[in-house]
Amino acid sequence: MSFFEAKSLTKKFGGLTAVNDLSFSVEKGEIFGIIGPNGSGKTTVFNLISRFFPVTSGEIWFQDKRIDALPAHEICKIGIGRTFQVVKPLRRMTVQENVMAGAFLRTGSITNARHRAEEIINFCNMDNYKLREAKGLPIPLRKRLEIARALATEPQLLLLDETCAGLNPKESEAAIELIRRIRDAGITIIIIEHIMKVMMGISDRILAINFGKEIALGKPQEVANHPEVIKAYLGDAYA
Amino acid sequence: MLNKKMLMTIAFALIAVALPLVIKAPYQQHILILVLIWATMGTAWNLLSGYAGQVSFGHAAFFGVGAYSAGLLTLHLGLSPWWGLILGPVMAMLVALPIGAIAFRLRGPYFALATLALGEIFRLVFLNTTNFTNGAKGILIMPAITSKVFYYYVGLGMLAVTVLVVYLIVHSKVGFYLVSIREDQDAATSLGIPTSLYKNLALLPSAFFTGLAGAFYMNYVAFIEPNIVFNLTNISIMVILVVMLGGVATTWGPTIGAALYIIMGELFRTTLGPANVLVFGVIVCLIIMFLPNGIAGELDILKRITQRKKAGLSGGV
Amino acid sequence: MEDMWIKFGQTVICGILLGGMYSLIAIGMTLIMGVMKIVNLAHGALVMVGMYVTYVCATYYGIDPYIGMFIAMPVLFLLGCLIQKYMINRLVEVDSILPENQVLLTVGIMLVLTEVIRLIFNSDYRSVTTSYSSEAIYIGAMSISVPLVIGFIIAMAFTFLLHMFLTNTDLGKSIRATAQDRDAAVYMGVNSSKITMITFGLGAALAAAGGSLLLPMFYLFPDVGHLFTAKSFIITILGGLGSTWGAAIGGLIIGLAESLGATYISMGYKDVVGLVIFLLVLLFLPGGIRSLVKR
Repeated sequence: MSFFEAKSLTKKFGGLTAVNDLSFSVEKGEIFGIIGPNGSGKTTVFNLISRFFPVTSGEIWFQDKRIDALPAHEICKIGIGRTFQVVKPLRRMTVQENVMAGAFLRTGSITNARHRAEEIINFCNMDNYKLREAKGLPIPLRKRLEIARALATEPQLLLLDETCAGLNPKESEAAIELIRRIRDAGITIIIIEHIMKVMMGISDRILAINFGKEIALGKPQEVANHPEVIKAYLGDAYA
Repeated sequence: MLNKKMLMTIAFALIAVALPLVIKAPYQQHILILVLIWATMGTAWNLLSGYAGQVSFGHAAFFGVGAYSAGLLTLHLGLSPWWGLILGPVMAMLVALPIGAIAFRLRGPYFALATLALGEIFRLVFLNTTNFTNGAKGILIMPAITSKVFYYYVGLGMLAVTVLVVYLIVHSKVGFYLVSIREDQDAATSLGIPTSLYKNLALLPSAFFTGLAGAFYMNYVAFIEPNIVFNLTNISIMVILVVMLGGVATTWGPTIGAALYIIMGELFRTTLGPANVLVFGVIVCLIIMFLPNGIAGELDILKRITQRKKAGLSGGV
Repeated sequence: MEDMWIKFGQTVICGILLGGMYSLIAIGMTLIMGVMKIVNLAHGALVMVGMYVTYVCATYYGIDPYIGMFIAMPVLFLLGCLIQKYMINRLVEVDSILPENQVLLTVGIMLVLTEVIRLIFNSDYRSVTTSYSSEAIYIGAMSISVPLVIGFIIAMAFTFLLHMFLTNTDLGKSIRATAQDRDAAVYMGVNSSKITMITFGLGAALAAAGGSLLLPMFYLFPDVGHLFTAKSFIITILGGLGSTWGAAIGGLIIGLAESLGATYISMGYKDVVGLVIFLLVLLFLPGGIRSLVKR
């Protein structure tokens, strides 16, 4: 069995089917990308994995354990961390405190949590902002803080939701560099983006979805040239 | 830094202990005791609402249950109301469990409204179960001890324990988790925080100490009635105003707020006559508009800004 | 046996008629809550001030309460606009740890309004008597008091007019748009600070109208507002937030429940019934509520 596996994942909101019979698996150490136009159901997939929404049908397996009935807060405990597309900083806490809040998952001691937070802040190159309140940070740093906080929970699988959206090319470059280093530290990553270019460079494999359904799955180059993907992104005329 | 803080705390504690030796008039001692009761309640409310962000408009339920636990012991069993100091907080925690189970299903203003309704239900039930509670007639006891100084020290001990326990909770992992929940519940969940559990971990001590304050109130004032101890405006909302005035989510804010609020209230009452509540209301509006984080809260913000400037960490932006 | 049915019928009709006037007050609250996403604990106090304006008109100038309400409404509209513009609106810019500080500000406003009235009129119970106060209409053996009937008809007329205003005028549509999605409305060119001000004024004017209609049936004293705040909350939540028709129907239900409760359950517990309904709706019927739940 794979490291992570989604089987026939389906989510209906009333009459709307946001995710439709989606199956994919992710191997340990991989960077697995999910792409799709706006509203194609990418974030819903994350919300299903992290149990923010209950699944309508289908199964989710992580390290040989079925996880689609666990309470939301347990997901992090078993080793799946996530970030949010619309960042959710703990506004009135400093960067350090934000990261500590994550680190407390694995320790009860303030000293240990602070120590762990320092390491991660350093890993994410945020030392200069350690004592800044999160609400005062500019967007790129807030996005970075999301990652740092999730890393502090010591995940084995990290779900990154549009980490590069809204960043300029230079900031985007830095984010990609960070994502690579996270993978090199042994953490498997599923990343959502709707910017193809970002995904092409870092993903080992890409799943393209539209209207909640799989339209292509494979190596970045294969997916990028897939007629369905081109159609979904650029419209029928380019297919 | 820590030493300076500790020295300050010790200095204030000594002043508090010495206060009844200086202030001898019974009326002034009475005011001091009221301050202690409100400071205790404020500190307790602050844990749930200030730190964990679950703004309760129903803390009168815990206060009233604490007060009635003491009163009913005397009324029905003829026991000393001082046993209420044990039973009251425990009963308050027991009623907190179902209240939490109901209200924590809701967020933000809906949580506030649910606690408001629950608090009112308690008042009405205590008012109407006349056989058990004496209803609107209330419960009057004959206090065995009348020395104000005695009540002052008991109240001071109560406040000290409350502040200490809340301080220890806030400065632990639990405290971090509570503030995380206040700042963003979804983010907290994504970090593996079981939010319902932790909200209850804030609610139970909060109810406990509010119940304790209620039981102490019964012993001190010696008369209770549902419309007094379960009062929405004069208990539930006042405790919020006390903390808002002093400083939300600060250690000493509730105590500062209680002192200012009680002294201000008495001052107005004796000098302004019928206009006193009006002036009070105006001040409430001004505080909320211009000191949204209370006196201690705004001081903290100032301090942080100056500290950051000193450390040269204002960085980048 | 027959007496029992007459009593029941009378209870039901009176309840519904009374409910119509509660609806009007609650619609005022639901408008404010819908557009501003704030819990207005001063709403009952606005009702109370409106009642006093009508009372003054009736007692000192001999103006019939049903005409006096047309003086009370603009006065309260103005008061509402001022409160919104100079007090509540300010809080938008204030960074407070607890967003509930808006609720507390309305508590402060409630205190100020109540105490100003108490200073002027002291705490005495007052009432307005009109020539038709004690008259009744008979339907079979059931007697229905005239002020109830008139009040209900006017309340329903206002509800209808408000509905027309919200659906058919530009201003009304802007109000509804702001209630649904403030950011989107602002992008579409709606001046949100103007809209919130007008909405608050409108809510206050409706509160005054409802209060004036109830004046012939209620004793008037400065603390009477608490009663109306509590009722309008229950109705607003029951009806689903921001929904005019929801509040109208919720008002009728609460009027009915209260009337039945007062006749068949002990007086003391009738308020408990309302609060329990309120909680049950909050918990199990959150449909209309979702929009306000901050995530």
